[in-house]
Amino acid sequence: MAIFSVYVVNKAGGLIYQFDNYVPRAEAEKTFSYPLDLVLKIHDEKVVVSFGQRDGIRGMSSVATSSGVFRILLFAIGSQLSPEVGSSGIEMLETDMFKLHCFQTLTGIKFIVLADPRQSGIDALLRKIYEIYSDFALKNPFYSLEMPIRCELFDQNLKGALEIAEKAGNFGPGS
Amino acid sequence: MTVHNLYIFDRNGSCLHYGEWNRKKEAGISKDEEFKLMYGMLFSIRSFCSKMSPLDMKDGFLSFQTSKYKLHYYETPTGIKIIMNTDLGVPNARDILHQIYSTLYVEYIVKNPLCVLGEQLSSDLFSTRLDLYIRALPFFSPRAA
Repeated sequence: MAIFSVYVVNKAGGLIYQFDNYVPRAEAEKTFSYPLDLVLKIHDEKVVVSFGQRDGIRGMSSVATSSGVFRILLFAIGSQLSPEVGSSGIEMLETDMFKLHCFQTLTGIKFIVLADPRQSGIDALLRKIYEIYSDFALKNPFYSLEMPIRCELFDQNLKGALEIAEKAGNFGPGS
Repeated sequence: MTVHNLYIFDRNGSCLHYGEWNRKKEAGISKDEEFKLMYGMLFSIRSFCSKMSPLDMKDGFLSFQTSKYKLHYYETPTGIKIIMNTDLGVPNARDILHQIYSTLYVEYIVKNPLCVLGEQLSSDLFSTRLDLYIRALPFFSPRAA
């Protein structure tokens, strides 16, 4: 899958929507003997490593705290250290494994998309996600602003938009 | 297309070298604070990238861009970090930063018996060579003020 995740962050830096799409790599089966080098814990109905590292099995940390930290980075530091006047926050961050795109609206909502570095058309996708957000979350009378988004139509349309983006299609006026 | 400035940090976070060519806006804080802020920001971004990455990373964080500038990052296995701010027209400066490390830093600093690693680099030769190198880059053009 070329688009790995989509996150929506509210003005205060809290994560209000998260969608993860990465195919887990073929899980390797390893046999450990007692005593283990790793500390396991139950998290979200899965057992994950909370401490220790062995053969590439590393601990996970909560995405919500990372998003909060990142939101601060996006704006404040990126524009303070800027050598040019009038810089925005970080719009795109590139590593060898993924590209992170961010779109900040005038109301302070940030849409973050984590995609394959070769994936194109993410700018259009970000604007499309903003459109879907305003259609299915903001116009929903039961949705309160800045709260976690729990709207089924938002989920459905978001997945549809991601599929279109992965096929490198363009969003028509009616889609 | 232009290069704004360049930082070189060692693995403890001390700034070894800072060069400026085309900077329009100062940070509003002292140079020491700016170096610490820059190092801290990159440290946080690297750790953020390693947590967010869906697959194990080889090279790690490469660059980021805002609406006005692009920051390129190169780290050596010894912990030397080279950071270059350019404008948005520059696609990939990783090779250039690698060149700076191998032909300038290693040649004029590491191989210099008088240069103490870990302190501000005081080699004039290094500074002038780096300046010449940057000015010779294809995407560097001194902007009319």
